Amino acid sequence: MPEQTILSVRDIKVHFRVKAKSKLPWSPSRTLKAVDGVSFDLKAGETLGVVGESGCGKSTLSRAILNLIPATHGEIVWMGKDLSGATTKQWHGVRRDIQMIFQDPLASLDPRMTVGQIIAEPLREHRPEMSKSEMNESVRAMMAKVGLREQMINRYAHEFSGGQCQRIGIARALVVEPKLIVCDEPVSALDVSIQAQIVNLLKSLQQEMGLALIFIAHDLAVVKHISDRVMVMYLGHVMELSDKHSLYAEPRHPYTRALLSAVPVPNPAIERTKVVQILSSDIPSPINPPSGCVFHTRCPIAEPRCSREVPELRTLAAGVAAACLLA
Amino acid sequence: MSLLKVSGLEVAFDTPDAVVRAVNGISFDLEEGSTLGIVGESGSGKSQSVLAMLGLLAPNGRASGSAIYQGNNLLGMPRRALNKVRGNRLSMIFQDPMTSLNPYLTIERQMTEVLEVHKNMTRRAAKKRSIEMLEAVRIPEAAHRIDQYPHELSGGMRQRVMIAMALLCEPQVLFADEPTTALDVTVQAQILQLLRNLQHDFGTAIVLITHDLGVVAGLCERVMVMYGGRVMEHCSADDLFARPSHPYTIGLLRALPRLDQSDAPLVGIPGNPPNMARPPSGCPFQERCIDATQRCVESAPALEAFAGDTTWLRACYRPVEQMKSMHEVAHA
Repeated sequence: MPEQTILSVRDIKVHFRVKAKSKLPWSPSRTLKAVDGVSFDLKAGETLGVVGESGCGKSTLSRAILNLIPATHGEIVWMGKDLSGATTKQWHGVRRDIQMIFQDPLASLDPRMTVGQIIAEPLREHRPEMSKSEMNESVRAMMAKVGLREQMINRYAHEFSGGQCQRIGIARALVVEPKLIVCDEPVSALDVSIQAQIVNLLKSLQQEMGLALIFIAHDLAVVKHISDRVMVMYLGHVMELSDKHSLYAEPRHPYTRALLSAVPVPNPAIERTKVVQILSSDIPSPINPPSGCVFHTRCPIAEPRCSREVPELRTLAAGVAAACLLA
Repeated sequence: MSLLKVSGLEVAFDTPDAVVRAVNGISFDLEEGSTLGIVGESGSGKSQSVLAMLGLLAPNGRASGSAIYQGNNLLGMPRRALNKVRGNRLSMIFQDPMTSLNPYLTIERQMTEVLEVHKNMTRRAAKKRSIEMLEAVRIPEAAHRIDQYPHELSGGMRQRVMIAMALLCEPQVLFADEPTTALDVTVQAQILQLLRNLQHDFGTAIVLITHDLGVVAGLCERVMVMYGGRVMEHCSADDLFARPSHPYTIGLLRALPRLDQSDAPLVGIPGNPPNMARPPSGCPFQERCIDATQRCVESAPALEAFAGDTTWLRACYRPVEQMKSMHEVAHA
């Protein structure tokens, strides 16, 4: 089967108007650039990992893909169709194919609905032609698939543990048989032993149903495990977008290198002796981002020109691209 | 001579439904300048055992057993006596830097209070010392930052303020409850480096509570693995990672996605964590353990020396050679 591009994101920007610092009514409002020119393609059945620290725009990006936060600029092309300026009705059709899994497993489930109702809700919305018994049938089948017992169908979300709630969230996303699932930190709130269960579940369901995943996380080890390609973001910009193996074996961007060296490895022999590349200071404010390369204020190898020139995301080798003047 | 000797510490909470036994008898000795990691998942009792020692349990909580510091039992110590010790010789870094600082007070007021109470310093001297301490934890422009309120600082900076506050009186023991969990990895690396340096400079003993085995590998000499309010394994960090002997420790290590190894499939631990209001009978891990036998359901194994080594303690009935989980690790 030829690998078909299902989603194409071109130069997408999400800017927010924020209150001016001064309270005077004529003072100009400021712009927060949460996502500032991100482009990527996604193939059918592929997993794209998105990593970055808090405030890098990864969650905003995921919401912009689904138009939950409208993009201020750029194109989203889904299955060859440009969705910029699409009507609510057109988006409704698209959302049957693109579903989402959220970070907080309990908060993303309606406390007043039973598990059965929660999982059936997308069906009622997107497949209104289905009869009640058909719906019931597919809800039960989906529950079995994600490892929930059928007897739990009439229970409420608060009766479940975090891992089970995330299974419910996965079932709800998968029940309409989407082509792409956007997962926003799906395992960050879970304990290690449960996290592994959910990662394995997502992987096996992906193979079974031919799903594409956009997997957003701050944990680089989890992303390494699940992704085919990884996109590293910083202050709304893509720093590096590479095949998983190249990115982890030979990171090209100094920010990727700093991130990877900061991850503690569960091996005392390595961890006690390794040299961590400590980044100075904190992340600059996205309201007033640095000029040129946004990373130059913390970059260990920055040169004077980095503060003037904005680096493009350049292809350095097959499947390896980084936005660094010095890469 | 150990600095802090904890034996048979138990913590229970009275709730309307039942008595929840959060911690069931943990014991350890803490030597001067050493680092002990307490590892476990949510609800394993790791935080409550430390809060109990500092008299910070919720009103419905009760602690028993003993925690001997300088000849006195911290548990059941009168409040007035405890206040002389905590924040002074024993101090704590809390998990959430966003909510553990008082939003109504400037950093200066929150820090100088510690020195005024414990060291009888004047406000002016206390402020000078506080600025020095903020500089020691690498807060840029400390003299300016000290007059700000917590909401004006980033998460990493607030955590550094908390560390500075905990270190003001140069404590002998620092309890750090998930000090980096709320932070990004690059900031986490900064904070861990800071703890390492401070321990080197001040000779502070650290009790580090975490769920992150990577953090343990970098910072701790000895590790205590907890599950369901009990200690499963207690040994040196080197042994824990190289030769884990308890099915739960082995399970944890296999469930962990790693950067330093190939992408072998993760093996999750089946089932869900126990509900401590209705704990399973026998060993708390028995319901999820692939090595469990009838004996594990009937009674909880005691924490005993493993393979004749008194510095390596383990609570499991199964001999290591017979453990299925062990064999699978060997083949992995």
